[in-house]
Amino acid sequence: MTAPLLEVSHLRVEFPTRHGTLLALDDISFSIAPGEILGVVGESGAGKSLTGAAIIGLLDPPGRIAAGEIRLAGRRIDNLPYEQMRRIRGKEIGAVFQDPLTSLNPLYTVGRQLVETITTHLDLTASQARARAVELLASTGIPAPEARVDHFPHQFSGGMRQRVVIALALAANPKLIVADEPTTALDVSIQAQIIALLKKVCKEQGAAVMLVTHDMGVIAETCDRVAVMYAGRIAEIGPVAAVIHRPAHPYTAGLMGSIPAMDEDRERLLQIDGAMPRLTAIPPGCAFNPRCPHVVERCHSERPELALVGATSAACWRPVTLEGAR
Amino acid sequence: MSQPLVEVKDLAKVFDVSPPWLNRVVERKPKAFVHAVDGVSFSIERGKTLALVGESGCGKSTVARLLVGLYGPTRGHVRFDGEDIAKTLAGAGASPLRRRMQMIFQDPYASLNPRWKVLDIVAEPLREHGLVKGDAEAKRRVGELLSSVGLNPADAEKFPHQFSGGQRQRISIARALATEPEFLVCDEPTSALDVSVQAQVLNIMKDLQRKRGLTYLFISHNLAVVRHMADQIGVMYLGRLVEVADKAELFARPRHPYTRMLLDAIPDIHMTGRARTPVQGEVPNPLNPPSGCSFHPRCPLANARCKAERPVLLEAEGVRVACHAVEEGRAG
Repeated sequence: MTAPLLEVSHLRVEFPTRHGTLLALDDISFSIAPGEILGVVGESGAGKSLTGAAIIGLLDPPGRIAAGEIRLAGRRIDNLPYEQMRRIRGKEIGAVFQDPLTSLNPLYTVGRQLVETITTHLDLTASQARARAVELLASTGIPAPEARVDHFPHQFSGGMRQRVVIALALAANPKLIVADEPTTALDVSIQAQIIALLKKVCKEQGAAVMLVTHDMGVIAETCDRVAVMYAGRIAEIGPVAAVIHRPAHPYTAGLMGSIPAMDEDRERLLQIDGAMPRLTAIPPGCAFNPRCPHVVERCHSERPELALVGATSAACWRPVTLEGAR
Repeated sequence: MSQPLVEVKDLAKVFDVSPPWLNRVVERKPKAFVHAVDGVSFSIERGKTLALVGESGCGKSTVARLLVGLYGPTRGHVRFDGEDIAKTLAGAGASPLRRRMQMIFQDPYASLNPRWKVLDIVAEPLREHGLVKGDAEAKRRVGELLSSVGLNPADAEKFPHQFSGGQRQRISIARALATEPEFLVCDEPTSALDVSVQAQVLNIMKDLQRKRGLTYLFISHNLAVVRHMADQIGVMYLGRLVEVADKAELFARPRHPYTRMLLDAIPDIHMTGRARTPVQGEVPNPLNPPSGCSFHPRCPLANARCKAERPVLLEAEGVRVACHAVEEGRAG
């Protein structure tokens, strides 16, 4: 295996509040190899988006990285001053956010926004940058790019806007793309187009992708590996087929069972009772223990670390065995 | 069962989205209309679930609102147990009819009054219809309703913000069940929820249907959820039904090219690595829908007839499809 492009180790993000410090991310470690797509799933509030925000250096204050480090191609980026981080953002890390309407400036044409990004990061003249902008729009599948480059964001439909956002993220040939729920705001038919596009451009450019989503279907179709997050921690991480078909963590198993499947009939869906704990009240030991069907004494007192179970790594004292998985 | 519980015939709703009068005069703009629902017909048997699927803007939610009488139809009618809804709701029979049908909305954050206790929220329909006498009885009844959706009767004293999304949606279900309705219209009841919570809500809805013989109109854009919940499925596109079929038939042999595209587009966790053909193009602007079959600009089977002539729903082998290609046997 080649050296990882992105390496996150023991990342911890805190939010100091009046009622004490909230631990939003706790001991997050993972890596992404060049050209690899890592999916990050979990329910709302699990810390998926926050992980992405920490990597691109856009944590909203008062949130701060309290411990751990983030390395991009061997260089530490979590403690860089704002100006230096700004230069890395866009040049080396591209970002795609959920809502394409709010991530584009409504007052500038799409072309102007693309040209601005290109000239900021690459050494190109204005006319070269414009040619590149047209090329980028064409590569993301926008019809008639020469004409569309002079249009404003409101003249594009939702799916087309998301294509523009992807073009913007790719503008400076970044090595890493952080895509935070890129298809959640879109209809299924458009979602399929955007996923196919994201896969295609990443392959062509050899960019690594961190894909944050709550849609397991999207993960299954797109990713090489997947990390399942729960209450600010990674519950399980491993190759996508193993996590989906032979999950080791009871939470992953429950999550998979609760998704209605297209190819089998079940009278009832598997349900995980209860809800994810709030950040103010994460139970001691394993955070999943109040909802876990296999809970033992140790789960209440001692926190499990990620350990290899079969093909995946799970943070669990009693991983689901192969027989008990379904 | 001879007569279906709900019968919808040629239902249509047109919204006037014209610019203001002064703009029309000064800028010489014409009046503009959106045909949100355009000639939809279907029926739902007692105790069954009909699901409507389609992408945003196809008119699913408008159909839901027409069915419970939140909108008046522009054309056509809805019959509930033989009665015309529009006529009954205008007359003296409105209250008894409203008791028999209830609605569950998409967003459990917006559909519960944040200033009311759960007790008042769930008791409101009971009091409105005079089903309880006095506060003690209301409290007892609300407690029963909350238990039936898996909440604690003591939760009645809390406010909506003290609950998670899934619990709130259960409160809306409890409120909808308060009048013991026969028919529930569920407009995307789980799309605002996380999957594990969605499973809890879907399980409760199925249990309740089995226990009380409820009839559902279930609206969703998620085909996997629809497959889990429905008996019959109607696929909508730009205000029209393009295919209506039994669940098993629709998923095994989708007839209409749009249905096939939709089925092809869903990412499915159990088919990792399956090659799929992304749907081409996007939903056209409903203000200016294409001529003939409104799907023809995206359809791989479209020909001259599709551009000129609007297909009607034709029944063959128990499936109703509106497509020239299927009718002519070109669909393969």
